[in-house]
Order: sequence, then C-alpha cells, then structure tokens
Amino acid sequence: MKRTTIDLWVGIFVAIGLAAVTFLSLKVANLTPQGADKTYTLYAEFDNIGGLKVKAPVKASGVVVGRVTGIALDTKNYLARVNVAIDSQYAFSRDTSAEILTAGLLGEQYIGLVQGGDEEDLKPGDRIAITSSAMVLEQLIGKFMTSFAEGSGQDSKQP
Amino acid sequence: MLDALLAPFARLGHWVIEAVRRLGFISRFLFAILMNSAQSLTRFHLVIREIYFAGVLSLIIIVVSGLFVGMVLGLQGYTTLVRFGSADALGALVALSLLRELGPVLAALLFASRSGSAMTAEIGLMKATEQLDAMNVMAVNPIARVVAPRFWAGVLSMPVLAALFNVMGILGGYYVGVILIGLDGGSYWSQMQANVDLHVDVVNGMIKSLFFGAAVTLIAVFEGFDATPTAAGVSAATTRTVVTSALVILALDFVLTAFMF
Amino acid sequence: MSFAYGERTILERINLKIPRGRLVAIMGGSGSGKTTLLRLISGQVAPQQGEIIVDGRHVEHMSERELFEHRRRMGMLFQFGALFTDLSVFDNVAFPIREHARLPDAMVRDLVLMKLAAVGLRGTQDMMPSELSGGMARRIALARAIALDPQLMLYDEPFTGLDPISLGAIAHLIKKLNDALGTTSVMVTHDVERSLNIVDYVYFVAGGTLIAEGTPDEVRASASPWVRQFVRGEADGPVHLAYPATTTLSADLGLGDAHA
Repeated sequence: MKRTTIDLWVGIFVAIGLAAVTFLSLKVANLTPQGADKTYTLYAEFDNIGGLKVKAPVKASGVVVGRVTGIALDTKNYLARVNVAIDSQYAFSRDTSAEILTAGLLGEQYIGLVQGGDEEDLKPGDRIAITSSAMVLEQLIGKFMTSFAEGSGQDSKQP
Repeated sequence: MLDALLAPFARLGHWVIEAVRRLGFISRFLFAILMNSAQSLTRFHLVIREIYFAGVLSLIIIVVSGLFVGMVLGLQGYTTLVRFGSADALGALVALSLLRELGPVLAALLFASRSGSAMTAEIGLMKATEQLDAMNVMAVNPIARVVAPRFWAGVLSMPVLAALFNVMGILGGYYVGVILIGLDGGSYWSQMQANVDLHVDVVNGMIKSLFFGAAVTLIAVFEGFDATPTAAGVSAATTRTVVTSALVILALDFVLTAFMF
Repeated sequence: MSFAYGERTILERINLKIPRGRLVAIMGGSGSGKTTLLRLISGQVAPQQGEIIVDGRHVEHMSERELFEHRRRMGMLFQFGALFTDLSVFDNVAFPIREHARLPDAMVRDLVLMKLAAVGLRGTQDMMPSELSGGMARRIALARAIALDPQLMLYDEPFTGLDPISLGAIAHLIKKLNDALGTTSVMVTHDVERSLNIVDYVYFVAGGTLIAEGTPDEVRASASPWVRQFVRGEADGPVHLAYPATTTLSADLGLGDAHA
C-alpha cells in the first residue's frame, strides 16, 4: 500500500467524520448558527413556571418566534424570571401578555405570547408585564378535589 | 474436607490477585505509551497509517451495521409508539437511543472485534517473530514506534466511526419510518430536533466513544505486547482482547452514563 | 558473570573475551544459553552478577538512554531474520537509517541500495518480506543489520533452516563483511563445520558454563570428549540425550509405590 493512497483514504475518512458530526449537530440537534444580532431579549416574571425548561419554544398563535434562554429565581420578589430570545423579525406591543402553556395534556411546556393593542412595541431588554403562570396539574387536581369536597359538604348540610 | 471448603476462596483470591496484577501492568503500560507518544506527533504519518488500518478498513462494517440497527430501531420503535398514538416521536426515539447509547457502544464493540483483535494479533506476531526484539536492538523503542501510533489511531478513529454509525442509524430509521411505513418526513426530523440537545446528547455520546476508543485500543495493544510469543499465545491474546474489551465497554458505559446524564 | 531466568540458572560464571575486529563463534547445544549471551551483550537482559564490558563501557549499569546509544553502534541478525512484515524490503533496510539519522530521501535511497548490493540482492527493494525465500530474507536482514555500519555485529544462529547454497552465501557474506568493515563479530551457532571455516576463535558453552575454547585448528584437534562429541555430532557422550529430571520416570508414571 503506497503512502499517498493511505493518505488519501485517511483524508476521506476524516472528511466523512466531519460530515457526520456536522450532520448530527445541524440536522439532528438543530444547532442553527444564529448571530446574536438576529434576536433580541425580553424577560417576564411568573409566579410559577411549572416544568418550563431552557430552550423551550416561545410561540405566538402557534408559530415559534423565539426560545427561552434563561430561568432564574429573582430573590427580591421571589418570582421566576424567564429570559426569552425573540427573533428580530417579530415585534410585539408593550401590552403583550405571556403565559406558560402545555402542548397536550402531558407534553412539553412552552411560552405563548398574545399580542396586545398598544401602538408602541417592546424594546430589547423590556419586561413583558402581563403574565399568567403554568397550570400545575397537581394543584389543579387539588383545587378540584377541595371544591368537590366543599360542594358535597354543602349538599349534605342542605337536605 | 476443609480443603474442599476453602477451594472456592482460594480461587477467588487467585482471581482477584491476578486481576489487580493485570490492572497494575496495564496502568504502567498506559503510562509508558503516554511517555513515548512524542514521536507519534512529530512523525504523524505513523499514526495516519494506523488510522487507515484501524479506521478506514472498519468503515464498511460500521456503515452496514449502523444502517441495520437504525432500521430495526425504526421498525420496533414504530410498533411500540403507534400503540400510544405517538408514532410521530419515532425520529426522537431513534436519534436518542443511537446518540446516547447504541451508537457509541455498538460501534466500540464492532471496533474491538474488527480492529482491536487485528492489532493484538499483529503486535503478538511481531513479538513472536522477534520483530519487537529486532527493533529494540536497533535502538528503537517498540512502544514509541509500534504501540503508541496504534493507540492514538484507535483513540482518534473511534469517535469518527461512532458518529458515522449514528448518522447511518438515523438514516436507516428514516428509511423504515418514512419511506416504508409512510410517516411524515417533516415530523421525523422536527421531533428529533426538538428533543435532541447538542451538548447533552451529541457531545456526551462523542465523549463516550472517545473513552471507549482509548479503552479498546489500550486493551488491544497491551494484550498483543503481553502475549506469549507462540501461535497459541497470540490466539489466546486475541480472544482476550475481544472478551475484555466487550466487558470493559459495557462497564465503562454504565459508569459514564451515571456521570453524564 | 552469571545469569538466571527466575530460578533456572542459564549461565554460570562465564568469562570470555572477544577481541576487536575478530569473528568469534560461540557454540553449544540447543538450550545451552548461547542466545542469552547475545541478549546480555545487547543489554536486552541484565546479569544477576558480574559485568559485561563492551568497548570499555559497562552494559549492565546503562540507563535506558545509554543502552540505546550502545545499541546504535551494534547490529544484530536474528535467528529467522525478524524482518518487519508490514514494510517492503527497501523500507526494512531503510528503517534504522530513517530512525537514527535525518537524511534526505535520495541519500537514504543510495545507502539502502549499497547495502542491498553488499548482500547481493539489489533489485528486490520493492518486494515484501513474505515474497522472499528464507535465505533471501536472512540476507536482507543482514543488510538491515549493517545499515548503520556497526562496530559490533551479533549473529544469532545465522545458519538455521537454510539450504546449503544459501548457507554458504550467508557464511561467505559474514566473513566478507567482517574483513571489509573491520567489525567485531560474535556468532552464536551450532553449525560446526560451516563456522569453523570462517571464524577466528571458538568458545564452547554447555550447561551454562564455558567448557572449551580455541582457534578452529585447535578445536579440530581437541582431545576433549565434549568437543569431539559436538564436532562429530554423536548422539551420546558427555552430553546426555535426556534432560536432567529430578524424579525418575517410574515415579512420574506412578509405578514407584507398586514396585517399592
């Protein structure tokens, strides 16, 4: 086996390896190369974010317009502070509301944005003021059970 | 009577002592390889040559096995997922199983039986035919000239082979799920993209295969270097390479998984 | 100087001198420790007691680096050649040159062709070792061993397993190289006739000790029964056919008790 032949084959081998890694990063893990200038950051505060995770999608009318970039607990008011990166091509009014929704009954959680009526738009770094928290299934069931118990208790008092 | 009762303990003791002794040898051997690796870098064509034998010649088996494993995953995954009405998640299932576990582990097992055994046999035969002695007498350190290039070639080839195995598996799953069964191609990819994380899944899988590559090649070159220089000795060493590699890959996989995920 | 593998003593209190520029043979039966002697000289193993002095330097105290320095001035021909089976003939002969000297490719090529010409095998450079006959492989190995013009050549059983013609060719080459290069040569062999024709001096080793020595003529005329047995190739004599076992055959077979 000549050395040049071996070199050629090893070159092909390395190229295949690079192609495979690129494929895995781009097509499989969806690492789309995004410049920082193509998105802008907003933040919102929630009482409870439920199971929301970093990189969860941000959707408006079901269309993905951005991603969650950071989740932290603000120790001043003990609210969850969620940073989101929004695609620069989308602008939202200052009275836009954000809520944490679940895809399906047990699916992944995402942030839904609902456009408001204000004429001024949110600027990078602004806060989305109107928020509603995640529906936590356990709390929901808990509430339902309590009201059910209260209801049946009242029923028994009123024969 | 007492002897018969004590015999299992004696065997256990013998086994443990032997295992510790070999572990000590192999650690010293790894140290010697690392100390003698300078030449592998300055004369990189030595490593390139070994990458050809360890990596390039393993391409076919990796491509074919990856494709079939992916197709089986597609088929099995579909029949299971469709019961829960979530056949769309097939892409995520195939990609995650491959990236996290099957890709690195199966590629390493194939690599051990294809290239690891060949390395052991080659070095063992070089020992048996006095080629290693000849090198020593020519003032050439066989660890620097023969062992270290093979070791680095194995370490470098393994992640490439694992990545290729993953890609072929994902394409195999696509073929079965989308082309044969008729799922939506778009949701195959989008489900995959939504659930695969570059760092957690892809990079960790690559790190795993790097560890496997190092472990398998270290075992292979050690067994070759340590082989009894006879035909029977070399064949026993080759068998040991495959068996030990398989066990070490699986044990290491457990440890790495526990740390990573 | 004494040497033992584990508890089995191979060589015991051997004292021999090899004068510079001479061709010396060490003879003895199989398993008499001849090859071990070469390994001691090349520093592959170290003696338990005693000293090995080559060119005024103690081999047994050498550090790894000094040993490699020592071996660089030394060539060794192995019993079956020990050619690198994954390299071509050219690369085999070029191996020591490339490892130890940074020379331009053209000069390496010239050196290799010269060495191949010296063993009469110019034209085989593109063949692989597997395509060579045993005699040719041995001569290529010889070309490789002399590639760096060593001051000391060690031959480990250079005549084993060769047909008479190849054998003659190798013997002739060894003699010629020794005369032409002024190299000190040590040859370990049990081919008596062939080596007595070419060497300057002979040492006889048996049972790990030196039992006889002399020039070829002295050896041929020797009265020692051991030397006579060896030179004439008799089956029994001072050297016994059987390995000295510690138990008797009947004891090994479990017959001892029955007959006691």
